[in-house]
Amino acid sequence: MKILVCISNVPDTTTKIKFTGDNELDTTGIQWVINPWDELSLTRALELKDSNPGLIESVTVAHAGPASSEPTIRKALAIGADSAIRVNAEPLDAFFVAAQLEKVITEENFDIVLCGIESSDFNGSTVGGMLAEFLGYPSVSAVSGINIENEDIVIKREIDGGSELVSVPVPFVAIVQKGIAIEPRIAAMRGIMMARKKPIKVVEPADVNALTEVSSYEMPPEKEACKFIDPDNPEELIDILQNKEKLI
Amino acid sequence: MSVLVYTENWDGKFKKLSFELVSYAYGVASMIDTDVVAVSIGDVDDGELEKLGNYGAKKVISVNKEELKGLDSQAYAAVISEIAGREEAAVLVLSNNNTGKAVAPRLSVKLNAGVGAGVSKLPSSTDPFTVYKRVYSGNAYANIVIKSDIKILTLEQNSFEVNETGGNAEIEQMDYDLDESLVKTEIRDVSKQTGKLLLTDAEIVVSGGRGMKSPDNWQPLVELAELLGGATACSRPVSDEGWRPHEEHTGQTGKIIAPNLYIAVGISGATQHIAGVSSSKCIVAVNNDKDAPVFESAKYGIVGDAMKVLPGLIEAVKNTRTS
Ligand SMILES: Cc1cc2nc3c(=O)[nH]c(=O)nc-3n(C[C@H](O)[C@H](O)[C@H](O)COP(=O)(O)OP(=O)(O)OC[C@H]3O[C@@H](n4cnc5c(N)ncnc54)[C@H](O)[C@@H]3O)c2cc1C
Ligand SMILES: Nc1ncnc2c1ncn2[C@@H]1O[C@H](COP(=O)(O)O)[C@@H](O)[C@H]1O
Repeated sequence: MKILVCISNVPDTTTKIKFTGDNELDTTGIQWVINPWDELSLTRALELKDSNPGLIESVTVAHAGPASSEPTIRKALAIGADSAIRVNAEPLDAFFVAAQLEKVITEENFDIVLCGIESSDFNGSTVGGMLAEFLGYPSVSAVSGINIENEDIVIKREIDGGSELVSVPVPFVAIVQKGIAIEPRIAAMRGIMMARKKPIKVVEPADVNALTEVSSYEMPPEKEACKFIDPDNPEELIDILQNKEKLI
Repeated sequence: MSVLVYTENWDGKFKKLSFELVSYAYGVASMIDTDVVAVSIGDVDDGELEKLGNYGAKKVISVNKEELKGLDSQAYAAVISEIAGREEAAVLVLSNNNTGKAVAPRLSVKLNAGVGAGVSKLPSSTDPFTVYKRVYSGNAYANIVIKSDIKILTLEQNSFEVNETGGNAEIEQMDYDLDESLVKTEIRDVSKQTGKLLLTDAEIVVSGGRGMKSPDNWQPLVELAELLGGATACSRPVSDEGWRPHEEHTGQTGKIIAPNLYIAVGISGATQHIAGVSSSKCIVAVNNDKDAPVFESAKYGIVGDAMKVLPGLIEAVKNTRTS
């Protein structure tokens, strides 16, 4: 079986977000990273490969983005992915990205496709589901665990107030979230050396129109300064919450 | 033309989230001068379905099939997109919860419809169709234009005021001809707590961080949450350490919530934590470090030791209840 992990390239969440003009992200000083969920799904994919030798042949990462995102792809290779595919295009919107990934997947026949629940840039939570629909594959969302025992793939998904164990036939898309892996695997020196030699296949994009576009960005509304309340007077806070804010 | 809203049910019942969705759909429908049609999948009785009329649904279409008991996103999308076609939906509204996130993207591909994911307000314009949403995990907002003919919006929970129109809905039990081969999800086991207030549904949340010092110190925090009729939450290190269950972890990599009141106790306020709670209407922080970043996000703050402040707050709440 072959696993594909879709990775997006996002600003590290601690970097300060700024814009030039109305609708252009100011990229100066931004530290780009593998979207945290994708790092965790890559980790889980590699664990599955390690514990099921013979069954899982390879773990590939796919990314739709310009050449400038190659350092992020190299990082995924250094962590342990066997190979990478990059669709050479500016990721215009989720629909566009999913359509590009569809093309890559139908050409190479992956059995398990992993996407993260959301990219920390557009917080769309849509690429995985769109991709599954483009492919006509079943998908499981809110996935917090994937286990393989005796070639039987069991998926854990979160539901309101609990979880379910489900299975779907391969090929499928799993859209993963918290729980899929605890700590991301980090690249060791050897991995970094080896990553330099691993292939990144670059493919040209399919002709697809984006369905949405950003017309402008805004900073979050200014917040009033915090009002501090005397720790010896908790009654004041409760009074405010009850009578002024009417929240309790 | 119509605005189609998918109203999920929980064991045959709707909840506040469902009424928020219908209210929002009604708001959008008013902007484009059309009516709201609600779709329900599952075993929901007519009395319950009729409730949706009170929030602005003109018609409620109910599909009840044994095969659709568990969520299978492919099959659900097939049902909803077929109804969208029949009702000539111009806009589809779903919740930005687990179910909406599973189904909306599939509808997007089926209907060639752009998605405005995680909106919290009505569109600012319908031509061009423009929605406002949080991006960069709350560090910015974007105005997004949806260019396709059909639009899909997923609504953040607890972000839109429920609005009673006092209307009545016509109920249609649809005998949907399901292609059973689409249902590929086999549910093998379910473990579920019932009767407990879900963190995502709670209007008041009391949350603890590493500043609580030990898993043995949680009693007053839980007591305060119970007194206020709220739920408990925690920061990531707290759930990683096993001090509290994983379901309580809030933040960028945990649950994203938007209660009316979020009380953060012993939480430093790292951006990844705030990313999960920044849409709360009012944040109160209790921290013994006056320079803790959490106070930048809080409306009210108390600088003090959690173990002293919590009992004081509990007393104060109890006093308001007896006086
Ligand atoms: C990719 C990534 C994703 C992440 N996702 C999340 C996430 O989803 N959610 C999340 O929470 N974190 C997340 N984190 C971790 C985050 O960066 C912080 O490390 C974490 O939120 C800190 O938790 P804390 O505030 O409980 O602990 P600390 O940072 O240790 O803060 C404890 C606070 O308690 C105060 N305190 C100490 N003693 C007392 C006392 N007696 N009374 C009152 N206050 C006291 C201290 O002043 C301090 O401010 C993520 C990190 C990364 C890198
Ligand atoms: N440009 C991209 N290239 C490859 N995969 C992506 C890209 N953008 C998003 N994804 C995948 O889709 C998931 C959800 O992203 P989103 O729908 O944008 O929130 C991510 O966690 C990735 O797995």
